[in-house]
Amino acid sequence: MNQHLLTIDNLKVNFKTYGGEVQAVRGVSFHVDKGETVAIVGESGCGKSVTAQAIMGLIPNPPGRIVGGKVVFEGTEISSLPKKELLGIRGTQIGMVFQDPMTALNPTMKVGAQIVEGFVRSQKVSREEARKRAIEMLRLVGIPDPEQRVDQYPHQFSGGMRQRVVIAIALACDPKLVIADEPTTALDVTIQAQILDLLKRLQEEQQLSVVIITHDLGVVAEIAHRMVVMYAGMVVETGTVEDVFANPKHPYTWGLMRSLPRLDEEEKQRLVPIEGTPPDLFNPPVGCAFAARCDFAMEICKQQMPPTTSFGQGHEAACWLHDERAPRIEELVAAGRQA
Amino acid sequence: MTNYLVKRVLMMLVTLWIIVTLTFSLMHAIPGNPFASESDQLPEQILANLRAKYHLDEPLPVQYLMYLKNLVFLDLGPSIKSDSRSVNDMIADGFGASAWLGGQAISIAVVFGILFGIIAALNRNRTLDYVAMALAVLGVAVPSFIMAPLLINFLAIKFPLFPVATWGTWMHTVLPSLALAFGPIAIITRYMRASMIEVMNQNYIRTAEAKGIPTVLIVIKHGIRNAILPVITFLGPLIASLITGTFVVEKIFAIPGIGKYFVDGIFNRDYPVILGTTIFYSAILIVTIFLIDIAYSLIDPRIRLTKKEG
Ligand SMILES: Nc1ncnc2c1ncn2[C@@H]1O[C@H](COP(=O)(O)OP(=O)(O)O)[C@@H](O)[C@H]1O
Ligand code: SF4
Ligand SMILES: [Mg+2]
Repeated sequence: MNQHLLTIDNLKVNFKTYGGEVQAVRGVSFHVDKGETVAIVGESGCGKSVTAQAIMGLIPNPPGRIVGGKVVFEGTEISSLPKKELLGIRGTQIGMVFQDPMTALNPTMKVGAQIVEGFVRSQKVSREEARKRAIEMLRLVGIPDPEQRVDQYPHQFSGGMRQRVVIAIALACDPKLVIADEPTTALDVTIQAQILDLLKRLQEEQQLSVVIITHDLGVVAEIAHRMVVMYAGMVVETGTVEDVFANPKHPYTWGLMRSLPRLDEEEKQRLVPIEGTPPDLFNPPVGCAFAARCDFAMEICKQQMPPTTSFGQGHEAACWLHDERAPRIEELVAAGRQA
Repeated sequence: MTNYLVKRVLMMLVTLWIIVTLTFSLMHAIPGNPFASESDQLPEQILANLRAKYHLDEPLPVQYLMYLKNLVFLDLGPSIKSDSRSVNDMIADGFGASAWLGGQAISIAVVFGILFGIIAALNRNRTLDYVAMALAVLGVAVPSFIMAPLLINFLAIKFPLFPVATWGTWMHTVLPSLALAFGPIAIITRYMRASMIEVMNQNYIRTAEAKGIPTVLIVIKHGIRNAILPVITFLGPLIASLITGTFVVEKIFAIPGIGKYFVDGIFNRDYPVILGTTIFYSAILIVTIFLIDIAYSLIDPRIRLTKKEG
């Protein structure tokens, strides 16, 4: 059996706040193989960023703490590494791209220096080599005039260009894995497409593994191979992008799909946002977290966590509908429920 | 850049001129005159001669223009009370001690204020933070003229580590510098703490963490430089308060600085001395603020002096 590059196993993260303990991530498991792009999707607040922070060992502590599970990278459990060894993985093995390029760069440091800061540390190179590397990285991410740009400051770059710089920072040490947390959310639509194209090209050229976090299924369809759908700190469905788009198995995924604009349909369909709000993570429900908003909720859903059902090729969903004792979905639809 | 500098220097001269004019008018608006204490004893003719000697018999506007004319040649005029000496002499005399005292106090305040601020911010809501904040409250609440006798009482009398007063060796400078620096340390500590806490919560700090940079280096390379910026803008007024503080502290510690001449000048209505020292301190302050602006633009790449506005 070949080993995954990254495995998240039953990860649990809590935050202590004045209002009590928030269970932000409640047992998330998924994996990323070499050279593949995995998308994590879900509404705002479902724990996507916290999952990413946990992989990097960047959960702010206090108030946050990994209370269960583990993160395994190349066979090493990195969630329990001492800080010093973790620093050798951050940046060099796993790079990270953040959501807001306007604030992700240090305003008083030259862009080139920011790009190679980690590279200089890990490779112990000379100033000239570092500068050459910075120019090379700027060129790689498609910034024109890299020889001039390398000595400029972030305020001299536009938002899209800054995000390219942030990507250059993430790639400067040739990491095996890049985690991009909503890398295009803060950008205009045209710039979004350019940044996605860039990520896709880099992923293919460099045989990178990418975890892309988004709440936009359009982004998923564009660049991911597999996807992980999260809801209220848990994974509700996972599988290849083709399988999940063609044959979604979880009512929450159905809801997400319904709120997606369809280009293949003639008349413009109205987007249907999923009604209701996610549950309170101070006191998460004992049963299925989606029950309060689910058109198909049954008695059992509120009492017990749904088991995970496998549909082949790694396509899985956690929903009682797929239990053999449950009524057929067709029967429920016939009984007047919306699919 | 040159354009900007020329403009700035012109502005500084205008500011100075306004200060001269204001001080001149206010000074003459205060009742009394340099010979008030002697006017009972001196015959009328001698008083008149004295007035004529210092041109005090001329109308005020004439006196004002004469003063300005001399000022252009950096001549601050004679002291009325100490007949043999010019104000230039007095300033030259006292400047060494005052500058040393002020400079040392400012350096102490900046270095320790920034250091305490950083320590407090990095230990937010822990013991070190509370200690630093308690000291900061004390520093703001206790003025230097209370701090000075307290320091003398403890560190010169109860525990005779330093001389009680006067000037001479470096040991003599310690207590007055501390007395002067205490308030500014407190203020800088508070500003630096707030600024540092804000900076350490910025996204670019998280970016640096994600690069695998150790915390110490993040604090030094990304934290301090950005956190110091707002504190620098605050140094101008702080140095102003420190300079005015020297008047009192020099008096308490019997230090032969400019402050002593200034305070004596006020008691004696020695017009040229009051004017001269005020102008001198104002000039220093204006130049200091100018230098701070330049330092700021050097540290913050977003601010360039060439820019027309802001
Ligand atoms: N530093 C923090 N302190 C307290 N709660 C936090 C913190 N970071 C995240 N959370 C909580 O964790 C939950 C998940 O957040 P997050 O992972 O950022 O969501 P998203 O899926 O939108 O990225 C949220 O309910 C949020 O309130
Ligand atoms: S388990 Fe029940 S409530 Fe949850 S999604 Fe499935 S049907 Fe809906
Ligand atoms: Mg997020």
